[in-house]
Amino acid sequence: MSKSPFRFIGKHRRALEHKRFVLGQGHFAADIQLQGMLHIALVASPYASAKIKSIDVSQALAMPGVHAVLTGEELRQNTEAMLPGVDAPQVTRYPMAFDVTRYAGEWVAAVVADTRALAEDAAELVMVDYEPLPAVIDPQEALLPNATLVHPAHGSNVIFHRHFVWGPVDQDFAQCDHQLSYRVSWARNATVPIETFAVACQWNDSTGILDVWASIQMPKFPDQMAKALRLSGNAVRVHFDVDVGGSYGVKRGLKHSVLVGYLAKKLGRPVRLVEDRLENMRGGDMQGPDRIFDVTLGFQNNGEIKSMRMKAVDDIGAYSGRSPLQLGKPVGAIVGPYKINSVSYDAMAVMTHKTPQEAVRGFGQAPTNYAIETGIDKVARFLKLDRIALRRLNMIGKDEFPYLIPSGTSYDSGDYDTVMTKALNAASYEELLKERDALRESGQLAGIGISTCLEPSGGNSSFEPLFNPKNETTTWMDSCLVRVDLSGSVTALMGTSTSGQAHETMVSTVVGEILHREPDSIRVLHADSLNALPSNSPVGSRMAIMLGGAAAGAAKKIKNKLLQIAAHNLGVALEQLDYEGGHVQVKNEPEKKLSWDALVEIAHRKFHKLPQGMEPGLQEKFVWEVPTGGMLPTEDGRVQMYPCHSFESHVVLVSIDPGTCKVTVRKYVCGHDCGVMISPDVVHGMTYGGIAHGLGAALMEKFAFSPEGQLLAGTLMDYLLPSSAEVPAITIVDHCTPSPLTEFGQKGSGEAGYLGSPAVIASAVNDALSTQGAKIDHLPMTPQAIWTALNDAKSPA
Amino acid sequence: MKAAPFDYVLAQNLAHALDKLSESGGDAKLIAGGQSLVPMMAMRLARPALLIDINRLDELKDIEIQATHVKLGAGVRQRDLEFHPQLHSHLPLVGKGMQWVGHEQTRNRGSVGGSLVHADPSAELALAALVLEAGFTLESKSDGRRHLKANEFFLGPMFTAVSDTEALTQIDWPVWQGSHVGTSFEETAIRKGDFAMASAACQIQTHEDGRVRRISFGIGGVDGTPLVFPELAKSLEGQVLSPESALHVAHVAAQSSQPGSDMHATAAYRKHLAEVLLSRALQSAYAEACANTHSSNIT
Amino acid sequence: MTASNTLLKSIQIQVNGTHQHRLVEPRTSLVDFIRDELGLTGTHVGCEHGVCGACTVLLNDEPVRSCCMFAVQADEMRVTTVEGLAPERGVMTKIQDAFCEKHALQCGYCTPGMLIACHALVADNPHPTEDQVRDAISSNICRCTGYQQIVDAVMYATQAEGK
Repeated sequence: MSKSPFRFIGKHRRALEHKRFVLGQGHFAADIQLQGMLHIALVASPYASAKIKSIDVSQALAMPGVHAVLTGEELRQNTEAMLPGVDAPQVTRYPMAFDVTRYAGEWVAAVVADTRALAEDAAELVMVDYEPLPAVIDPQEALLPNATLVHPAHGSNVIFHRHFVWGPVDQDFAQCDHQLSYRVSWARNATVPIETFAVACQWNDSTGILDVWASIQMPKFPDQMAKALRLSGNAVRVHFDVDVGGSYGVKRGLKHSVLVGYLAKKLGRPVRLVEDRLENMRGGDMQGPDRIFDVTLGFQNNGEIKSMRMKAVDDIGAYSGRSPLQLGKPVGAIVGPYKINSVSYDAMAVMTHKTPQEAVRGFGQAPTNYAIETGIDKVARFLKLDRIALRRLNMIGKDEFPYLIPSGTSYDSGDYDTVMTKALNAASYEELLKERDALRESGQLAGIGISTCLEPSGGNSSFEPLFNPKNETTTWMDSCLVRVDLSGSVTALMGTSTSGQAHETMVSTVVGEILHREPDSIRVLHADSLNALPSNSPVGSRMAIMLGGAAAGAAKKIKNKLLQIAAHNLGVALEQLDYEGGHVQVKNEPEKKLSWDALVEIAHRKFHKLPQGMEPGLQEKFVWEVPTGGMLPTEDGRVQMYPCHSFESHVVLVSIDPGTCKVTVRKYVCGHDCGVMISPDVVHGMTYGGIAHGLGAALMEKFAFSPEGQLLAGTLMDYLLPSSAEVPAITIVDHCTPSPLTEFGQKGSGEAGYLGSPAVIASAVNDALSTQGAKIDHLPMTPQAIWTALNDAKSPA
Repeated sequence: MKAAPFDYVLAQNLAHALDKLSESGGDAKLIAGGQSLVPMMAMRLARPALLIDINRLDELKDIEIQATHVKLGAGVRQRDLEFHPQLHSHLPLVGKGMQWVGHEQTRNRGSVGGSLVHADPSAELALAALVLEAGFTLESKSDGRRHLKANEFFLGPMFTAVSDTEALTQIDWPVWQGSHVGTSFEETAIRKGDFAMASAACQIQTHEDGRVRRISFGIGGVDGTPLVFPELAKSLEGQVLSPESALHVAHVAAQSSQPGSDMHATAAYRKHLAEVLLSRALQSAYAEACANTHSSNIT
Repeated sequence: MTASNTLLKSIQIQVNGTHQHRLVEPRTSLVDFIRDELGLTGTHVGCEHGVCGACTVLLNDEPVRSCCMFAVQADEMRVTTVEGLAPERGVMTKIQDAFCEKHALQCGYCTPGMLIACHALVADNPHPTEDQVRDAISSNICRCTGYQQIVDAVMYATQAEGK
């Protein structure tokens, strides 16, 4: 076994964060008690589409303990609209509706009272006179020429549409032996964290600062809050040291925060909103992609897939934040791990009278991987080729990196075949086949699933200018400040929130690695938005790369400074020095050295011993643009999306009870390559969690709506989250193809598991159903859905 | 999700509880474990002006084991029933049903009576009560006691014969004496502990030669209340229970149900599921009965 | 309805070994009482309808969902929350320590309820199997971990020798 080149990176280590959580000393937004704090309850529209004729708040206001009742009209007059991430300036959104409501659950009034219970009592007394209007619920209907418009001013229900052609698609198809078309549907689901969104705000008249404590995971949150509230950027102080109880994309409570910030300023008292679960599910605007794919693959007799036409229509609901951009991120891995020569991609985001969609783990990659992998299995079945062999044939080979895909992204490194092979070996594939066959013998339906999926990482949001040429944002940086204080202790500062990814642990490991100091002795703090260096928050599996890179960069500057101080004081050139454990010594002259403490003392106290022109103290910042970033897309929509490309290959065995049609996942193996893992325990943890999310999306999670637009899955009794009884034991096998773009070779991994799990479970279920001539190409694959699929096979329509 | 305001009284004894009930008419509700009631109050779907807490009344917590009957006080905790040493010997069907009831945490608070009065069409105890023809004792201040049979107790979804001023005080469960008793309780939900999309329960007693001596079965979650089939059951007596007759009976029973549709399961699928589960339950209970040479209930 | 404060009830609950005598509105749930009245914010609210288990506490040593109870129902009973699991400051229980060792948490939100469920299991069954662990935590939903490391942690805590 080769010796690790690292002293701390890649090793088992207890996360720093855990101690406070296991002792019940977490610091979540709802834990924050502010003197004189008031509480909010919301009044929501019960209609999918309605005109607000009048709102009578008098009875509610008259209740003892009630301080204010706010309606949408006041917000419209006093705040700036929140705009979509695409060019659709007429599709405006405010925290609460005015004039019309556009989905059942949209907030119409906010009651502020001494307690949440009193606010709810008063909310029941707010009298809203609605006139129901026609509603468009089905996205296909929303596309019809005479469809009711969700935003008449926009002129259409299509908020975004673009047709991309990368490479000689028509030509390639003309040369193909076969083509195969199919449709898959990804049902609306989301990551539904156990903590709902909570935000508390406090305005201070004398300082003119709005303090914000929120359960937030969102790029540019302070900036957007300030804009909406018509405050200057340095008037909003977001406290990023609030522990966030899970997010995985969705905690983008901008509307909640604008509402609460406005009230805090208006009332001159701290105000808090903690969504209850009903508000969260229906009106929190945190549902995920709701997408139908129509795909055609062109391929040869030998299985080589030459070209793909993909059309994706996503139902984003009644308003838009960044949600249409979830059609854009997958452009950066549109061919998955395969050497498909050309691609056309028709991406359309449509609005309906439903709860708005928000960013969900993977930002659209999971549904796209599901669509691609479904096709691979279908081609295999069509050609009667082994699914594994077909993948091997089409996969990018390990010697072909960096590999440029037709849509303009270069994959940095990878070895897909090895990862898949490792997964198959860990699953004992031959034994698994026997187990599957034995299950079939015993009367069960049984199937094996394979998936091989890209996990792009690094979070460069080039889908912003790709989908909105008016938005020329190409900066996607992160930062870290590292300080060594007078006593020689190390502190690092990060400028965004954490929702379980153990950033403190990662940063201290990285800084410890560079400075050779014990990571547990390194303190990592979350700055607030006024004293933070720029950050773009944990999105797109970017923090190991970007925050890790920035922390390394800052630590290297510190190390370099220590070396310069040593060189100056020991009277030698830099090249003659060895740095070990924080101490510096002249090579081969052990008595000519300066200890860490001595160097720190010089830096902080002995100005006369510093090199000419050197700043006193030991503090360095590093602000780092995303590698391969900084470029606008080409005319034909090609761009480098994310810098680094992690990869996962899942292998599962499922059985399906032929009577009840319920799926049991019997074996689950995930091969995973995210380059060098800084914190393996953290990476594995998120992979297990991502797989559980994926299993939920595959088998049981759906934000179902009635034909009238009522959310049917409005509680956790109907929106089903997998428990330990549904998620099987999972085996992860690691592989490492380092990234050439990062300090340690690390790639990102926050979305691992979720990106390949729905595809693999669908693969297994279809393998099982294929013995009955049945198939299922939509999620979730509930017992009901599988029963229907089996019936359809028996008596085709 | 904070409950609407209400007043609260801890009942000192049953008479006190009934007194308070009669005073308040429809504005009061009894609360024992509250596992069904409290979430409904949090969602403001239930808004009693007064909660009368009967959870500490020992007089409602008796478990009396007799040769012919098991008498359970309505306030018996599900958990205490689950772990009662004589549950499986005397009420094996209830014993099997209990493992499907909610989760450990809810069984630590929930009461037997609470589940029965809540009367969810997919509730396990309700199905078992109908299959075993349990007897229900209701009591009110003004009208004293009355006794209902299970099929008189359950009237519809979440709806029983208990009036506004009555309390369910006791449930009598008949014990099937003798040997060759077999039971089965089958249920399918998407997740462990969820409400069943459909369920089936069966208790059978066979003769030495394998002919059916006595049989009762039912299906849950597929109509306004769980359904039992005494006539169909009778038609199986005196014969061996073949897989064909199990399938046939299950089919007839399931077809007679009128399930609802929701986002998880259509009516058609529920019927199918009920049929599958019932045919399995019949065959499983029958196999167990044939094999079970012990006399299971010795007082 | 009359103003709520005329309906306050006096309750006495022992919480983490400390006797608490308070006046509460009947409608105050046990979890809200614990968090807001007693300031013990370790116990979390996730759904308020008895599904997620984030609010799990020990009531007379048995795990219950504290969102499915009103505080008045817990009068004269003993409650243990996550803050009361460790025997003293600076010391963790074996299970808490195992959670740290095996990375059995990420965001920490479900963790208090999860720890309570695990402690209750092990108090009753000192050497559970993996299946028994999965069963015991099956009514505590976690969206971060996929449960694997939680199961690993309990197995580690209950198999470690001499700890």
